[in-house]
Order: sequence, then C-alpha cells, then structure tokens
Amino acid sequence: MSRIDSAFARCKEANRAAFIPFLMGGDPSLDMSLALLNALPNAGADIIEIGIPFSDPMADGPVIQEAGLRALAAGTTLEKVLAMVAQFRTAHATPIVLMGYLNPVYVYGYDKFAKDAAQAGVDGIILVDAPPEEAAEIEPVLSANGIAFVRLIAPTSVADRLPLLAKGAQGYLYYISITGITGAGSATPQMIETNLAEIRKVTTLPVCVGFGIKTPADVASFAGLADGVVVGSTIVKKIADTDGDVAQVSALVRSLAGGCQRT
Amino acid sequence: MPCILEVEREYQASKTDTAFKAELADLLEHFVGRPSPLYFAERLTEYLGGAQVWFKREDLNHTGAHKINNCVGQILLARRMGKKRIIAETGAGQHGVATATVCARFGMECIIYMGARDIERQKPNVFRMRLLGAKVIPVTSGAQTLKDAMNEALRDWVTNVADTYYLIGTVAGPHPFPVMVRDFQRVIGDELKIQMQERLGRLPDSLIASVGGGSNAIGLFYPFLNDDVKIWGVEAAGHGLDKQHAASLSKGSPGVLHGCRTYLLQTVDGQIDEAHSISAGLDYPGIGPEHAWLKDTGRVEYVGITDDEALSAFQATCKLEGIIPALECAHALAQVIKLAPALPRQHVMVMNLSGRGDKDIFTVAGALGFDL
Repeated sequence: MSRIDSAFARCKEANRAAFIPFLMGGDPSLDMSLALLNALPNAGADIIEIGIPFSDPMADGPVIQEAGLRALAAGTTLEKVLAMVAQFRTAHATPIVLMGYLNPVYVYGYDKFAKDAAQAGVDGIILVDAPPEEAAEIEPVLSANGIAFVRLIAPTSVADRLPLLAKGAQGYLYYISITGITGAGSATPQMIETNLAEIRKVTTLPVCVGFGIKTPADVASFAGLADGVVVGSTIVKKIADTDGDVAQVSALVRSLAGGCQRT
Repeated sequence: MPCILEVEREYQASKTDTAFKAELADLLEHFVGRPSPLYFAERLTEYLGGAQVWFKREDLNHTGAHKINNCVGQILLARRMGKKRIIAETGAGQHGVATATVCARFGMECIIYMGARDIERQKPNVFRMRLLGAKVIPVTSGAQTLKDAMNEALRDWVTNVADTYYLIGTVAGPHPFPVMVRDFQRVIGDELKIQMQERLGRLPDSLIASVGGGSNAIGLFYPFLNDDVKIWGVEAAGHGLDKQHAASLSKGSPGVLHGCRTYLLQTVDGQIDEAHSISAGLDYPGIGPEHAWLKDTGRVEYVGITDDEALSAFQATCKLEGIIPALECAHALAQVIKLAPALPRQHVMVMNLSGRGDKDIFTVAGALGFDL
C-alpha cells in the first residue's frame, strides 16, 4: 500500500478527514521552508502539498503568487524543492504531493524528474495546467516511478468530464470547491455536496476538497463530506505575516487540522 | 478545460454556419473597411535600389491595425455562445482598442487587462479604450506586461466562466485559440493573393512580417505556406540578441506557457523570463505554436531586429512614404531595408504593415530625445 493510501486508511479508521496543508516550497527561504515542513506532521498534517514556485502562476490568487515570487527570489528551483523533500523524508513518512505548473517539470525533463522525485520520496504531483488530454507524455513516466498524478476536478467539469477525469486516476481526486483561483471566495458545503456525490459515482479513490477553505469551521463543515481537506492560502498568508515562524504556523495548522475530526 | 472545449465546439459549428459567415464578411467590409489596400512603396523602393517593396496596409483598418480582423470574428462567436461579458489582455493596446471597439459595437461589457508598465507606455490607447466604454484594469504582478495581463485574464476567466468570453488577441494560448485566431487573420494573406493576381498577375517572391505573439504574421503567411514564396518573420531583438530582447524563436527554448507548447524565453529552471522590446506589442516571452512549427520545419526564416534598427526604419518610412508605421511593423520594415538592396528589381517583396504608429509617437519621441 502506498504512503498516500495508508494515510487515507488511517484517517478513515480514526473517523476523520485527512488534513492536507499546502505550503510553497522555498517560502520564505529554503531553510525556513524545510523547518516549517518538518513541523507539519506533528501539527496534524496527514498529507502535505508543497508548491513548486513558478513565475506565471495563472491559477493562483495573490497570496500564493507572492509566496512563489518570494521563493524564487530566495533562489528556489525544482531541484532544490526535491532536495528539501529528501531531507524531510529522512525523518518523516507523511506523504508529499508536489503542486505546480507543467513548465518547470517539462524543462527539468519528465524521465529525470520522475526518477529524482521518486528517489527524494515524493508520492504524488498535481500539475494545474496539465489536464488528462495533455498528460499522455508525463503520466505513464510518473506512474512507472510510483508517483501518483493527482487530478483536479473543477465544478464546471462535473457535468460531462467526470468519466474522463476518473479513468486511470491515481492517489486521490482533488475537487476544486469554487470556480476561480486559489484563496478566492469562500466555498460552501451546500455547493459541493451534490457534486461530490456525482464524483463518488465514478471513482473509489478518496476525494479531497480545496480552494477557498479558510477556517477550522470551514474545515469541519467539509470533513463530513470529503476524504480530505486542503488548506493553502490561509497557511501561506500566516507564513508571510509571521516571516515563517514555526510555532505560530504550527498552531494554525493544528487548529485547522482539528476541524477534520468527524463527530 | 470545459470553457475552451465550449469555445472549440462553437467555433467548429460557426464554420459551417452560413449566417455567421455572411455577417462576418459584412462586418469586415463595412465596419473594418476591408479589403485593405495593397500599396507599392515607390520611394522606399527607389531609395533601397533593389527589390520592389509593397505594403499590405492593415494600418488602414478601422482602429488602425490588423487586430480588429480577429476581434470581429470572436465577438460574433461570443454572441453566438450567449456570453455578455468580454475580457481581453493587451500589450501595446491595439488588441485592447479593437476589443473595446467590437464590444461597443455589440453592446457587451468589456474588461481589458493591461500591464501597469504598458499602461504607462501606451497612454493614448488606454484613453481610447476608456472612451469606447471598456474598463482597463492595470496588472501589477510579475513584469507588468503582456504575459502578466494574460495570466490575469485567465484568472478572471476561470472565476467568471459562466457569463464571460476571453477574447485572446494573438495566435497563442490554449487550443483552439492559436488556430481560430489564425483563421480570422488569414484574410490578410487571402486578400493579398487576389490583389497580387490583379495587380501583377503572379505571386510575390517574398513575404515579411513582424512577430510578437505572431497573429499578423501568420495571417499573412498562412495562405502562402505551400507556395514558392520566401518567408521571413521578424522578432524584436531589443537591445541585441545577446542582451535583453523578445526573440523567443531565435533565442528561446521549448516550454509550456498559457496552455501551449512553444518556444519561450526562460531560465534553465523553467521560469519565464521578461521580454524586452521598444514595442510593447512585441514584448511577449512566448510565440504562437504554429510559428514554432514553421521554424522547426524551416519553412519560415526568423530573424531579429533591434530597437535601434526599428527606430531608424520607423523614421525612414515616415519620411519616404508619408506613413507613420507602428513600432511593431517598423521591425519588419528594418528587415526590408536590410534585404531589398541586394535583390533584383523584379523581386516582389510584400511586408505586412500591420498597424499605424500614432500610438507610438510618445515612445519614439522619448527614444529620440524629444520632450512632447
């Protein structure tokens, strides 16, 4: 069983949704980012998403855009993000899913990336601008190296794209709870309950929700519906506001993760 | 994905819709003013002393550039799709003005994303867009130029997808935009073929166009790709190809940006670089994917022209032909000036004069040391 599968199985047994915090790799610096990453498992992270910074993050709101720019200014590259994961992996078994855009991975080279990422201990990757129609070159290379290509499902895709998105999907499915960019608007459980039910008809994989989830109460309201809840912008903003203070960021993550316990 | 799949479906359907095609043809004739003239640049030809230089006068279109050809096509498509809110990115502002124009003509809400730096460089066009009823939103992220405006427009589109149509201005972005924009711009080359037959009874020997995203160039080139015609695309070499420039084909490497795989100016780590050109309309670190293909197959030869070369071609064309060209096509003019003298008089060279330069007079004045 993969680390991702085990994480969801453990959460299911404990009657809670998996808590999946996101942070930008290398924000505010590589060292501080590694320190934050190392603190996340004890703060209640079941799976961790690490952003690969990109100069043109067209699906991200201002909070994550700025985090990416800080990371790039601090000298972060995809290679250094992988090195950070490798260091994390020496002490932790928490699954790591990278999230970003196709170009840095394309330029790195799919084969080399898949091998290096697997070696570093990466469990999955989400590439915002690589829909299944365009992923035929990268997906098999990743899966041959044991890396799950996690697919995004937008609310607008529910009507007629679910069979395509679910077919051959790996790890988990990531449902985007709002139509829009990261950190925008606020998701409401009513909006997504129907859509999650539709998604469950086409997959047996865990289904997680993200985008627009901001508070422990938000997390709690989604924990009963989804197998995992992703919070990004709120955590990234705390990192920016506290200049990467591990204690304060951990406290926020702990309170958000608390929302995942089902009653 | 659903939004671009919807655009593709509707675009394919529109191609066989005779009412759609008739309305487009009518707009091109009576609103845009097509066909655009094919003009023999007699004094420039004499001055260069070689090949005959002809201009395809896209600068005489309504709104002053080729951009309107694509806009009338896409606005009809947007209306067909029932969209009421139009968004667009713009660099030099020509596409923004053309979009604002068709939105006014069809009574649609118009939001233009424009890099804050470009807003500074292109004040007259910003004011034009506002007069036409568009809301111009300054983009302050990244380099504050065209690529960042495109990022912001894409963010808007995914947020407001239900009622919004993204009217992309060049042959880049996700499919079907590169193909669709080419199809709406190929009227330039199709007309030229007919005009050449009428005027000279033959094909031209060579074609030249400036390339930023690549829409005026592909519009001119496309109908001639299978003909025995030499084709040059001219990129902005900025301060020089070994310095800051916008020459994605000459100096870029393959990558993926804005939904297409093409040549990009980027770092070894796949971060997109900032492009530089005196012409805001060429200031894009990517290039339409069809141009990438034409480069790889060798069908089109792509060369670079610096800011300085473009500036002197700009001035030469003003004085010799009584035409103030856009700085974008001043790059193509500079290539004409380089090539024509060595070619025989029977060689017929057609350059796409893709836009007029009124919008650029402040930039040119600044570069030449005048204070307006």
